[in-house]
Amino acid sequence: MSTKVKEILAVVAITIFCLVFYIGKINGWETIEFSFTVSMIVISLLVLSLVWILILTIKGNLIERRIVFLFVGIAVTLPLFMGISQKISSSPEVVSLYESVDALPAGSKVLISFDYDPPSAPELQPMAEAFIQLCFEKNLKVITMGLWPQGPQQANLAFEKVFSSEKLKGRKFEYGVDYVNLGFQTGNEFVVQRMGSSFKSMFPTDYVGNAYNDLPLVKNIKNFSNIDYCFNLSAGFPGTVEWIQIGVDRFGVLLGAGNTAVQAPQIYPYLNAGQLTGLLGGMNGAAEFEKLTEIPGKGTKFMLSQSFSHMVVIAFVLIGNVAFFMSGRKSMLEGNEE
Amino acid sequence: MDHFSLWLAAFLTLGIISFLYKDNPWYKLTEAIFIGISAGYWVVTLYWDNFYGKFWVNKGEEPTLWIGAFFGFLMLLRLIPKVGWLSRWPLAFIVGATSGLWLMNYFASNIMVQVQATIMPLFSTGYGTGFDADFATIVANFVIFFGTLTGLVYFFFSKEHKGAFGVGAKIGIFFLMITFGASFGYTVMSRMSLLIGRIDFLFGDWLGMIQ
Repeated sequence: MSTKVKEILAVVAITIFCLVFYIGKINGWETIEFSFTVSMIVISLLVLSLVWILILTIKGNLIERRIVFLFVGIAVTLPLFMGISQKISSSPEVVSLYESVDALPAGSKVLISFDYDPPSAPELQPMAEAFIQLCFEKNLKVITMGLWPQGPQQANLAFEKVFSSEKLKGRKFEYGVDYVNLGFQTGNEFVVQRMGSSFKSMFPTDYVGNAYNDLPLVKNIKNFSNIDYCFNLSAGFPGTVEWIQIGVDRFGVLLGAGNTAVQAPQIYPYLNAGQLTGLLGGMNGAAEFEKLTEIPGKGTKFMLSQSFSHMVVIAFVLIGNVAFFMSGRKSMLEGNEE
Repeated sequence: MDHFSLWLAAFLTLGIISFLYKDNPWYKLTEAIFIGISAGYWVVTLYWDNFYGKFWVNKGEEPTLWIGAFFGFLMLLRLIPKVGWLSRWPLAFIVGATSGLWLMNYFASNIMVQVQATIMPLFSTGYGTGFDADFATIVANFVIFFGTLTGLVYFFFSKEHKGAFGVGAKIGIFFLMITFGASFGYTVMSRMSLLIGRIDFLFGDWLGMIQ
């Protein structure tokens, strides 16, 4: 059988698999959850497979890169089916963020800037949902905006999720009074700069076109001095760095931040310098914040997959090093240096 | 999401993931769609938010907006080679304004405040508070102090890295390596998060196999 035929058969098999489960979903099939025993068996098989690959490598049989991809895929996917959970502890930066919000009196105005787009949602959306829910539980007023065009849409998704949560069922939240989505504004860091003197000049209307002065929550907000706390969810530029440089250091706002893991190491120096009140770094930060707020969400759910994938990456780093030393490349490199 | 949206999103997600097997037409199609939609999205967003939303709607009320519009028009003259040089004017304005703002911001936030945060009492939690720091804080303070010092030594090239100076530079390298390692770890976490997000979509939202 030629490779092309095998590939076509694989695509057909995957399509049938997907069709069957999609029809099953429509017909109300239940979700799949592995028991503790099955989860342990799966974990053991995964570990044994990695050991087997290590032995193969020591024997000189190097695996191809697609096997690595396959293992990472398995390590990410299978934990989502497992009925086990991971212990999550709280970092000081997450605790300090929680405490700074917790200390706000009821009725305080919190500005949340959604500076990211859907690709970064797996990391930042759980933070957004937990943060907004915490604000509403504490009767804080929430104002959202975005320096990224799709940010306000992410804010609306977060609002929808929060309003459907068990804890807030039965409570009524009025748009314009309890929360407002000001929408997106172009201009990157210059928007923050301008907001320092006039919010209205940057957001003459909200996300749906209501005039700024017609919104009771914001009509008396002139600039940052009328905001009690800011929270920035950032996936890059413009984002937390710009908010710190202009919002914090120029206008003196109290700022907390939630960042993608890629960006987090760049932000830690600002935290240590006291320019941030707290920081949520990547999915781990989201999970820790969810634990503190007792609002379990996708951050907590995804942490098991995150840990498994890290273990597989570490295992393959070790296997790769074994392959490196066994294959004689070290001596080859040394030879080249000479 | 309705059925069509779900299947389309799944089709495109699997198309991108298929690159892990090998480069193929499905991946190429998905990549082209992504690039095309991204470019189109930006054009439409910038037109409605910048040109229409900021200038066109308010052009009568704020005459100063015409200056911005004029500069914007000059930028488009790059498309006409004979008068393309005029586009340098708005570029000069952008470079000048941005560097002016960034110079101040970076100097204040990234130099002054960071230097202040590095020059700290080693055994205290603050200035004039006595020896009140706990053991963990003292260790952290020393790590920051020695890390900064040896890192600076490593980047000081006016003196040969030999003797005690060389040892300091070597320790500086270790601090740098640990920093890069931490950044790499965070990068792995971030990339895995993106993959987890798509896998959750495929097996959760699309196929309904997980909650």
